[in-house]
Formats: sequence, C-alpha cells, structure tokens
Amino acid sequence: MAEAPTPSQTVGPFFGFALPFPGDRQAVDPDAPGAIRIQGQLIDGAGEPVPDGLLEIWQGDQFARSRTDPEGVFQVVVRRPGPVPGPDGRQQAPHLNVTVFARGLLKHLNTRMYFPDEEEANAADPVLQQVDPERRHTLIARGENGVYHFDVRLQGDDETVFFAL
Amino acid sequence: MTTADVVEFDPPYLHPDYRATVLRAPSRPLVRLDPEWFHHAPGPAYGRTPVGPNDNDLTRQHRGEPIGERIIVTGRVLDSDGRPVPNTLVEIWQANAAGRYIDPGDDHPAPLDPNFTGAGRCLTDAEGRYRFVTVKPGAYPWRNHPNAWRPAHIHFSVFGPELSSRLVTQMYFPGDPLMAHDPILQSIPDPRGRERLVASFDFDITQPEWALGYRWDIVLRGRNATPMGI
Repeated sequence: MAEAPTPSQTVGPFFGFALPFPGDRQAVDPDAPGAIRIQGQLIDGAGEPVPDGLLEIWQGDQFARSRTDPEGVFQVVVRRPGPVPGPDGRQQAPHLNVTVFARGLLKHLNTRMYFPDEEEANAADPVLQQVDPERRHTLIARGENGVYHFDVRLQGDDETVFFAL
Repeated sequence: MTTADVVEFDPPYLHPDYRATVLRAPSRPLVRLDPEWFHHAPGPAYGRTPVGPNDNDLTRQHRGEPIGERIIVTGRVLDSDGRPVPNTLVEIWQANAAGRYIDPGDDHPAPLDPNFTGAGRCLTDAEGRYRFVTVKPGAYPWRNHPNAWRPAHIHFSVFGPELSSRLVTQMYFPGDPLMAHDPILQSIPDPRGRERLVASFDFDITQPEWALGYRWDIVLRGRNATPMGI
C-alpha cells in the first residue's frame, strides 16, 4: 500500500516576495537561437484578470516561472520544443507543460500549450486526442514567428482544459 | 503506476467556505491522464537558482535577529513508497512573528520586522532531509468571512523528480485553536489528511536554551523510480 501524498493547499496571495527569482521568466536567453516568447492572461470565472497567480512552464530540461501582473498577464521565454516521444512510443506534438498556482486554487492546475503552426502534429497528438474536440482549441496558442499568446481561463465557456495526472 | 491504491487527501477545487475558490475553481471535470505523459526529468528539474548556505536560516538574513519564538523545522521529503527524495528544492515563505507578511499586498496593521523577510530555500540531502531555522509565524486576519483568522502556518513549495510530484502546501503548528475554523485547512475532507499538515513538536530537534523543534515529513505523489522510456 503506497502512502498517501501530503495534501495540497493554496499558494495564497503573498508569495511574491519569496518565489520569483532573478531571470525566472527566461528559461533561455531571449536572443538564443530558437527562443520564443509566450504571453498570456490568467482569467477567472467573472472574466476578470487574476493578478495574484503564478505560472510555471516545463519542457524537457527547461523551467520558467512567471508571476502574473496586475492585469493577470504572465510572460516567459523558452526554447521552442520539438516533438517528444510519449510513454507508449507514439510521437507527441511539440508542447509546453503549464502549471498554474493562485490564491483560491487549493490545488495547482496542469495544462499544456500547443503551437498553432503544427496542425498536422496536433491532429495526431495522443493527448489532444483524449480531449473533447470542441475544447481542444483552449490548448492551442495564437501567434507566429516566435511570439505566441496563450490565455488560461479558469472557468466559463472557453474554460481551459486541465489535466489530472 | 496506478493511483487506485493510493488514498487521496487533496482538497476539492471548489470549496465555497473559502470564497476565492468560487470564481477560480475549474467547473469542468479534469481530463485524467497517466502521469507518464507529463514531464519526467531525472533529478531536479529546477536548478536555476543557486541555493546559498544561509538560505535555510531565516534568522540570519539581516543585520540583527528577528523578534519571535526561534524554531527549527525539519523533516524528510519522501515518495509514496516512503523512499527519500534527495537533492530536491524546498522553498518556504511565511508571515513574521506578529502575523505580517513583508509582501506589499499585506495591509494587516501589525508591525514589519526589519530583521525578517520570511523566505527560505534549501535542497534535500541524500536522505531526503530538509531543515530550516526561522521564527514561529503569527496568526493573521483575512477577509474571507467575519472575524476570519488564519492559523499560524508556513508555506512550502517542493519539486520532486517530475511534474506530477510538484507540491505547494502549508504546514501548521500542533494545538492551534484556529485550525478548526480555517476554511483552507478544513477544505481537506478527511481528518487524516488535515493531520498530515500539522507538524509535531519534537524534543530531539529542540536545542536547549536556543530553539524549539518541529518535525514535518512531506510525501510526494509518485514513486521515485528510474524513469521509464523518456
């Protein structure tokens, strides 16, 4: 019998003096080859920005962290990922893992950002295929040429798809 | 690995007694995926901030010593098989002894302490052990409901080896009468789960004529096995 994990609690409102660190938004140098910028807004169920959120972006060995600003905006710089093999050997479309923390979130949320210019790979992606086709667009960023926009909606008609791991 | 054999103590996303969940809890069911589909990194994925030797002593980050009850908080980070999770980043943050955060967003009319920031970090050792020296945080009011007070707590952020082991939580102190009235702690439905967030006072950790000792172990989701496949 495995031991139950320690339960989660909210990150609360007052992490801004503790969790951000110099350079946390840049997993790679913005001028490095393959560097892309991602910006987005974290939005609550009333359509209001979440100004006290924290997002973490993971992909391979890359990690970036961005606190949201008063307009709920986060931004990071990462190296554009390539396709990644999944545990069953099938290829996954290029994507970034996105973790969302905020006051009012008793547990963090996990989602993924996919790229709009990877239509073929997205159509074959084994994780996207498990998502209701009507909701897949919530996981696909907008933009091109190294600048992408990815909003995270916690509730509402266009609520972002979140994953339980 | 399946999660079927693991008791779940996590709170729900929606817990209306904690008002901020009402507009922030996702309303659609989460899409359940095997954690293997997510980030899997051998060793600490998070290694970009150098952890300094004094980062785990919150009483020595300024010229003078902070006011308050000096405490040692230590324990082990374990996987769900009880094996240590070594070399993983643990971050903490807290209010000062008066119940005031240094965060500019905190307007509680209690004094700031010029000798206390309230943030620390360390890496676990080979046995998964972490250790912080700090002062006991004070309780503080919030506006969730009339006469609402948070019990004394220390926020913890722990990474572990993979995305699914990521944990942000809060550690509470034994005997605090505010715990029974706190909608954040009480959002955990199972009393055994709430108990898991309460540290134990420990004379073996307590240092005579210097600091009280508390022990608190953390269990991360998943097994610290060799990554498969990826």
